[in-house]
Amino acid sequence: MGDTIAIEAEGLHLGYAGSTETVRVLSGVDLVVRKGEFLTILGPSGCGKSTFLRAVADLLPPVGGRLTVLGKTASDARRRREVAFVFQEATLLPWRTVRQNVELPLQVGKKSISRSVDSKPSHWLDLVGLSDLGSRYPHQLSGGQRQRVAIARALQCEPDILLMDEPFGALDEITRDRLNDELLAIWHRTGTTILFVTHSITEAIYLGGRVLVLAANPGRVQALIDLMPMKDDNGFCRRESPEVQETATHLRQLLRDGGA
Amino acid sequence: MIKHRLSIVEMTGLPAIGAGSLLAAWQWLIPALGVPAYILPTPAAVVRTFATEWRFLLLNAVPTWYEALLGFLLGNILAVLLAIVFVYNPRLRTAYFPVVLLFNTIPVLALAPIIILVFGLGILPKVIIAALLCFFPTLVNTTRGLNLATANELELMHVLSASDWETFWRLRAPRATPLLFASLRISATTCVIGAIVGEWIGSNEGLGAVIIQSTFNYQAERLFAAVLLASLSGIVFFTAVAQIERIFHRQQRQSG
Repeated sequence: MGDTIAIEAEGLHLGYAGSTETVRVLSGVDLVVRKGEFLTILGPSGCGKSTFLRAVADLLPPVGGRLTVLGKTASDARRRREVAFVFQEATLLPWRTVRQNVELPLQVGKKSISRSVDSKPSHWLDLVGLSDLGSRYPHQLSGGQRQRVAIARALQCEPDILLMDEPFGALDEITRDRLNDELLAIWHRTGTTILFVTHSITEAIYLGGRVLVLAANPGRVQALIDLMPMKDDNGFCRRESPEVQETATHLRQLLRDGGA
Repeated sequence: MIKHRLSIVEMTGLPAIGAGSLLAAWQWLIPALGVPAYILPTPAAVVRTFATEWRFLLLNAVPTWYEALLGFLLGNILAVLLAIVFVYNPRLRTAYFPVVLLFNTIPVLALAPIIILVFGLGILPKVIIAALLCFFPTLVNTTRGLNLATANELELMHVLSASDWETFWRLRAPRATPLLFASLRISATTCVIGAIVGEWIGSNEGLGAVIIQSTFNYQAERLFAAVLLASLSGIVFFTAVAQIERIFHRQQRQSG
């Protein structure tokens, strides 16, 4: 039972240490994410959806409660390279070519990570459809291509858990739809657990097996909705189907209630 | 309005015409206005001095080059090391950075006599003055450059469990190199200035000494030749640094 759980949060409190008191961002999170699951996290600004992702990535220590990542602390999971992060901005190093950017995980952290990675950058560039652009520089790519490189770089870590913080938030809608389909395909092929933060209701429904809805002021869990019933065997659904529209209306109502 | 773009012939020809016209005016107009040659020699006379006194000029240029080069290396290496210390020790930085900047406001001409007083008349004080002129721009630029890495980039390195050394070498250093090279290019010309200023105040040899002595002896041709040689030295230093930067970028492109 225990080794089917990717992430477990119990009464988790997250916040930032201020000068006099800690500022609470997200409180009382109880959540179990199964291995191989695609969980989308939806919420208004300031609800702490990015904060939760940052805690799992060991970028922010919990203020209270318990958080385990693959049965250990977030810090241990990070050190074993079991967690990878894709930021809203692609965060590619501009002096490196596309291939050199994807190689970065192979060049750093060798001292602390204990397990070996034997996949090649070309494999991941191939998977995100950029095998021809390996010698380009980031400034020569479109926004969507840059984000694909960032995904390839994260996959180069061969993570068990992939954390994505609004990765397609700055892209146009057509590019975003296409990248959503590609991401689902990658998820099928790799079986990676994905936590995906978004502020787009459609994206949250289309990608997620479940959607975690957060409310703001104070940041808290408002609902956890299972989306699997409306998906086919491959996890796909039609964006225009009535169930999707119905769920979107429901989520919009929840967000309105939790926004103020 | 449509912008008129200059052709390549114009782009290279016009500066040559500009410089040539000024030299021609100097050559013929200045003597015609009655300015004596011991005050302002003609360009032709200066060139003639180069031909006849090249051995003397070169003999005096070598110590200046030597001091400038040593000062360049000393000042810039110390500046980069201190910048690295400042980046990893914010307390030390907060304590000493303002002091360092304040020190920088002392004019080098005012500081030079003190350095001569402390370190004597040898080569060392000239090297120190040249080093001081290189030190400040490089310290400020490198400190800024090493802090250019964005929060996201640092977080990326943390998630990848990169060590401090790896974060420095793979992220902070490449971020800082454009700024570092910018200040190295400035240093390439200022280190020559530093060496000459040091020689003005206490030296019997070097371009600075030649400049002072020929001024007092009304040897205008020699003075102008020495000034011209000092300027050429700066240009050569600058070109050398620019060339090193070009090689560095080529290497970086290959290794990432």
